[in-house]
Amino acid sequence: MERDTRINLFLTFCLFGLLLLGIWLAENNLNSYLIRVFNTACIYIVAASAYNLINGITGQFSLGPNAFMAIGGYTVALLMLPVAQKQQVYFLKPLIWPFSAFSFPPYLFVAALFIGGLLAALFALLIGVPTLRLRGDYLAIATFGFGEIVVVLANNLIPLTNGALGIKGIPEYTNLWWTAGWAFWTVFVIKSLVNSSYGRALKAIREDEIAAEAMGVNLFRSKLMAFAISGFFAGVAGGLFVTLISTVSPTLFTFTMTFNLLIIIVLGGLGSITGSTITAVIFAFMQELLREVEAPHTIGPWTFPGIPGMRMVVFAALLVVLMIFYRRGLFGSRELSWQMVIDWLKGRRRA
Amino acid sequence: MTGTVFLQQLMNGVSLGSLYALLAIGYTLVYGILGLINFAHSDVFMLGTYFAFFMMVIFMLPWWLSIIIGVALCALVGVSIERVAYRPLRNAPRISALITAVGVSFFIENLGLVTVGARPKGFPRPPLMKNIYMLAGARIQGVTFWVPLISVAILILLFYIVYKTKMGMAMRAVAKDLETTRLMGVNVDKVIMYTFALGSALAGAGGIMWAFKYPQINPLMGVFPGWKAFTAAVVGGIGNVVGAMMGGFIIGISEIMIVAFFPHLSGYRDAFVFTILIIFLLVKPGGIMGEAQREKV
Repeated sequence: MERDTRINLFLTFCLFGLLLLGIWLAENNLNSYLIRVFNTACIYIVAASAYNLINGITGQFSLGPNAFMAIGGYTVALLMLPVAQKQQVYFLKPLIWPFSAFSFPPYLFVAALFIGGLLAALFALLIGVPTLRLRGDYLAIATFGFGEIVVVLANNLIPLTNGALGIKGIPEYTNLWWTAGWAFWTVFVIKSLVNSSYGRALKAIREDEIAAEAMGVNLFRSKLMAFAISGFFAGVAGGLFVTLISTVSPTLFTFTMTFNLLIIIVLGGLGSITGSTITAVIFAFMQELLREVEAPHTIGPWTFPGIPGMRMVVFAALLVVLMIFYRRGLFGSRELSWQMVIDWLKGRRRA
Repeated sequence: MTGTVFLQQLMNGVSLGSLYALLAIGYTLVYGILGLINFAHSDVFMLGTYFAFFMMVIFMLPWWLSIIIGVALCALVGVSIERVAYRPLRNAPRISALITAVGVSFFIENLGLVTVGARPKGFPRPPLMKNIYMLAGARIQGVTFWVPLISVAILILLFYIVYKTKMGMAMRAVAKDLETTRLMGVNVDKVIMYTFALGSALAGAGGIMWAFKYPQINPLMGVFPGWKAFTAAVVGGIGNVVGAMMGGFIIGISEIMIVAFFPHLSGYRDAFVFTILIIFLLVKPGGIMGEAQREKV
């Protein structure tokens, strides 16, 4: 056992080193398109593992991560946008006071992300206190409702969000170091949490709330904690996303965002953080590959018209098919471990 | 606000409320029987308008025939959704069924966006709906008058089906206890199919009348009415048909009144209903007509 742990640790460090090298190589050699896809993948990792904590590990069906991402995204946008740019963007109605007077210098980017995350976590607490008392489907509707309220507010609170026009010209601070760093950090924190006694309490809640309560788990506090942590990382993901594409608008954080994350965590296996991580990357690339399908093609004498929007149809059908025929997803609720990889390799060699 | 204007707004509220009621009953029927929020219900509502639209505009059928075909097609779609997506998951964990329902809804919406496009289409109104009537000094358009009237007629028909026919009795029995009903020799699958057909037909009818009222149709038009109707079902006590109807009228009238009294808040219109929903879930999760539910251990 002792030896296994050491080997695992060693392998993890090797993988970490490889990743660092990979990021360095990618930043210097890949074209901007590929880097952008990798960035998106990392942001999906942050958001999806956070979402999986509440949906997969704790078993509370929330439909509101888009709301928390929006809160984080708008916060980061308001904090980082230069003052001159603010005056230019808000021509319908001027931006309200505290935000109109200052903006963070670039080195405070990480602080802005933290503030965005904390604000999202705060809202998660606010919405969680009333709604987490609800069971299953009711929680789903309440969180969906909250998500829609946030979108409606983003559209209507023009002095704060600039309404449907959104905010443009947000400095592009995000690069692979940031996104991959946050992805690593998120997975590390959530994995540690899941493996702690708190994590076992959360899993107990997922399996049977009443039994968990009988065993002394404080249902409400545990759920609320998971919800707030999930909200924090969703907020950070929103902030990273906004600084990656340098713009934020209400359409960015509609239900489609939640749907994408849902696909990722279901495909990876509800409750498997490593599953979410891997499928987040697959999903980011799949989205780009399917973009290819959406474009018009000419093969020989035939021209196939592209069907824009086909991606979401494919994803939705995929989700339904997965649920019916392959509910476990890639990893079920298990985590990918070195032991699994080693066993798999051994099995392959023998075969 | 003068009496006439108030009367006019009240009529608007009742007419909107009757549409929510039609849609809410579909949610409540399915929830009562399967314990599942049928997220795709609001998309069947949208499909109803498109079916009727194509019948009228492309096949040039008379409007009443288009409505009948549209409603029938909706029933068919509802039954197919149940057969393809929900039946295989009937004994699966709740969360799987919910995710599937979200997936089906998203599938229909996006398929709609791909096939007919996101641009709203104008829905043709039959002359009956366009006429102007004078009522107690208020000018009332045909739709405001006919839509609630037809809806109430449909609701009466529905109550007859649920409370007077054999199938209605079977539906209520399945809602009470699915397993025991099966043991009594009732074909539960058939009852569930029938429920989906009935609920989807109501959604289709509601959708078509919605399009008479607001003659702009697009593939995402079902989303907000669907959620408001769902809220209505929760407010009335989900699983209860009378409650769903009452909830529909409450939500419809209060939505219209809020906008009428506070016009500057009309941008937040859609947020109000969700606030009502969350408040209701907290204060009286069982709804007005709902029974207090005890959790089984």
